[in-house]
This record gives sequence, structure tokens and C-alpha cells, in this order.
Amino acid sequence: MVMDSPAALLAFPGRIFLHFLVYLGQITKLIGDLAIAVRSRVWRLRLVAQQIVAIGYGSQGVVIVTGAFTGAVFTFQSYAKFKEFGFETTVGAVVSVALCRELGPVLAGLMVAGRVGAAMAADIGTMKVTEQVDALRVMGVHPVDYLVLPRFVAMMISMPFLVAESISFGLFASYMVTSFGYDMPAAWYLNHMLEHTNMEDLSIGMIKGFVFGMLITVISCHQGLAAENGAVGVGAGTTRAVVISSLVILIVNFFLSILLNYVFPIGTV
Amino acid sequence: MAAAPSSTTSGTQAPPKDGVFIELRDVHKRFGSQEILRGIDLQLKHGETLCVIGPSGEGKTVMMKHIIGLIRPDQGDVFVEGMNVNLLNERQMAPIREKVSMLFQGAALFDRMTVEENVAFPLWESGLRDRVEIKRRVTEALEAVDLAEHLHKYPTSLSGGMRKRTGIARAIITRSECILYDEPNSGLDPIGSDIIDQMILRMQRRYGVTSIIVTHDMRSIFKIADRVAMLYRGKIHFLGTPEELRNSPDPEVQNFINGRSDVTG
Repeated sequence: MVMDSPAALLAFPGRIFLHFLVYLGQITKLIGDLAIAVRSRVWRLRLVAQQIVAIGYGSQGVVIVTGAFTGAVFTFQSYAKFKEFGFETTVGAVVSVALCRELGPVLAGLMVAGRVGAAMAADIGTMKVTEQVDALRVMGVHPVDYLVLPRFVAMMISMPFLVAESISFGLFASYMVTSFGYDMPAAWYLNHMLEHTNMEDLSIGMIKGFVFGMLITVISCHQGLAAENGAVGVGAGTTRAVVISSLVILIVNFFLSILLNYVFPIGTV
Repeated sequence: MAAAPSSTTSGTQAPPKDGVFIELRDVHKRFGSQEILRGIDLQLKHGETLCVIGPSGEGKTVMMKHIIGLIRPDQGDVFVEGMNVNLLNERQMAPIREKVSMLFQGAALFDRMTVEENVAFPLWESGLRDRVEIKRRVTEALEAVDLAEHLHKYPTSLSGGMRKRTGIARAIITRSECILYDEPNSGLDPIGSDIIDQMILRMQRRYGVTSIIVTHDMRSIFKIADRVAMLYRGKIHFLGTPEELRNSPDPEVQNFINGRSDVTG
């Protein structure tokens, strides 16, 4: 295809940039509406409880399995390499810090984005295309108050527990691999782990869990509320919710790690 | 009778005259490159029943959604009891939505709620917490639509007519002054359609409810309408009584009410 002018060459990236700005504007508006909903303090506790069951209770299995097997395989791979240098007893410390600061919250975030983010976008999207969201509006109920706020509150309550479970089962699996796979005395593993892991490491995990939870909720609910064109639109919105949430978690995690490392420097506490 | 040439007062925010409940002034709406509404002017008085007819895709539902603030006009004004809907944001719309409720074409019932919960929803959300009173009013509303025995069913297990009647019960339970019906008879057999018509008439006679009904069902129009508006090419092409509609010399009106197209077999 022949481009007839430099302007035509810039049209495509320009359009993408404009779409990105529109998207940011819509997300900002949703966050603003959510802030107003929080300030109104109408919590709809029954809906919050239902969402805690769906988000927190329902996601435990996938988060535990992911955390456990990642902890196990991380230990399996690092033990052999550390043994070459005679550092194999430090595996517990390395795995623990990595799980608390990075792997625990990121894996829990990615799993929740896949499972819960998709469900949020599909649920709200289906309500949107079948005019149920309009029906809420007609009855004087703001969709953000009724659909987004309970999910947001439930996510804020559930996410720390899910991150804690991911870390705990990762550590447990790591301990099992070293104790039963490599015959390393449990005391060495536990001693090094406890010596080098502190509350700051756990705090980083929890803070990241909160931030990822907020991002997943806002991104997924936005995709639901923006759904149009029937079932095809709901499917596309659901896919976008998972893809955008997952990418944003990985990107934000990098910058959050740098920021939190200033607040809680690694290895100096 | 064809509508008078549009005397638009675009941008004017002077409130409507006394007795006028709903007024649309020079309302324009475009979706992408398609101009749906090209200057709608319409007034509706308290207690009046207006049927809106016109070919599919002419913007009947779009026009109705303007009245309740679900869609904003690109140009023109919409007044409900003197309040300019355009000047209100979503959260300020509550007083309008207390006065006006709507039955959606697909009923828009909440899938996860039973019939009883769907009908009770507006009461609960309006702040009523007296469960006995809620139960009493839900039963009354469901009896009015002959659904009192289906309290605990979910929308997926209801027929199309039952879903519409549940939607009507939900629309009337707050005792709104005006109800907008979007194709209440579509997809129903003649008996089901007549049941819906009788309910609309009952609401009108018993509670003096103002109604706007988008419909293609000509039998319903002659049964329930005080006035009929025909939308054609984005404008009100005809506005008058059912009798005037029947006797209109306008070829577009006659083609529509007699179901004649230009297509030959």
C-alpha cells in the first residue's frame, strides 16, 4: 500500500493515541463516579457479601494451586544452582522474599484478573446489552453505585487474603520440596527464611494486592459498562478486560516495585 | 393530518405552559453518520395516552429514551414537568425518574432476581424498608398484571408475555405519574397483546397515568390511544387522534396503517 503523504503515515498512530486518550478519560470518569459512590456510604452489604463469595472464596483454589506450584518449581530450579555455590540453605530466604514481594501478589493478581475480571466484564456487559443497566438508571439507581461499588469493596476485602494464601502455599510447597526432595534439614530452611523475611516484605505484597485489586475492578467493570453490539460485544469486552488487566498488572508491578523499594528497601531492614 | 411545520425553539429553556407534562423542543439526535431525529417537537398533557408509530429504525425508542434521560439530544430541549432534562446529570435525574418509569422492549428484568424481587426492587432502592408494606405492594402490583402466583419464578422461566407483565408491575409499583412503554405488544399472541392493552387502560383509568406507547400494533392504537404520533424520516409526520389517523389522506400514513409497501412480488 502506498502512503500518499506524511500525514497519512501519522494517521494510524494518531488514531490509536486518540483512542487511548478517550479510554483514559472514561476510566477517570468511572473512578470519579466510584469516589462519589464511596462518599455516599451506601454499601449494599448483601451484594458485597455475594461478591466476596464470588471473588474471594471462589478464587481460592486457583490462587492456591498457582502459588504452590510456582513456589515448588522456583525452589526446584534455584536449589540446584545455589548448591553449586554452597548457598543451598539460603533457598528458603530467596523464595520467601520473592514470593512476598513479587510472585505472590502478581500471580494472585493475574489469576484474579483471569477469573474474576472476566466474570465482572461478562456479568455487567450482559446487563448492559439486555438493557438491565438502563433499567437501573430508570429506577434512579446509578449503575456505578449498584454494580461497581460492591465489587470494589469485595475485591479490597478479598485480595489481601488471596495474596496471603498465594504466598503461604508457595512457601509451604517450597519447604516440602527442600525437605522431602533434597533432604535439607527443616531448621536450616526455616531459620534462613524467617531471618531474611520481615513485615516490610509482607507489606509490599499486601499493598500490591490492593492496587492490583483496584485496577482489575475498574478495568473490568469499565469494559462491562462500555459493552455494546450484543453477545459479540460482551465477548470482546470480556477478552479485553482480561488482557488489559493482566498487562496493566505486570507494567504497574514494575513501577510499584521501584517505588516500594524506596519505602521498604530490600535487605537493609 | 400532517404535523405543522416545525417551529423550533432550539436552545430556549423557558418552561412549558401549564398542564404540559412532557415537552420535546426541536430535538435532534445523530449516531455516527446516521441522523435519527431531525427536529422533534411534541407536547403531552397529564393523563394523556400517546401512541408513537412509524417504520422500524425511525427513532421511536430513541425519542422515548430522551424523555427519561437515557439518551441526551445533540440539539434541542426535553422538559418533564418544567425540568429541563438536558441540564441534569445522571445523579440529578432522580426527581424525573420518580415521576416517569419505563417498560423496556425486552422487559429488562434482572436475571438473578425472582419475579417478586424484581418488582420489589424500586421500592427497596427508594429507601422503603418495611417488609410487610413491600410485600403488600408487590402482591398488589402482581395481582394487577395477573402474576400473583408466579412470585418465586426467575425471568428465564417466564414466557414473553409474563416477562412483559412483570416489567409493567415493576414500572407501576412506584406509582409513577407517567409510564413509557417500548413495544409492549411485540412478540405476543393476540390474547396476550389484549391483556397488555387492558392493563395500560386500567392504569390510565384507575391512576390517571400518562402513557407514551411505542407500538406497531394498529388494533392497540385504536383501543388505547388519545393521540397518535407518526415518526417518519426523523420528524413527527403526523399528530392527531386515532380517528384522524384513520381518515388521513397522507399516503405515508395510509401505507403504514394498512401495511402496504412499495415492493412488488
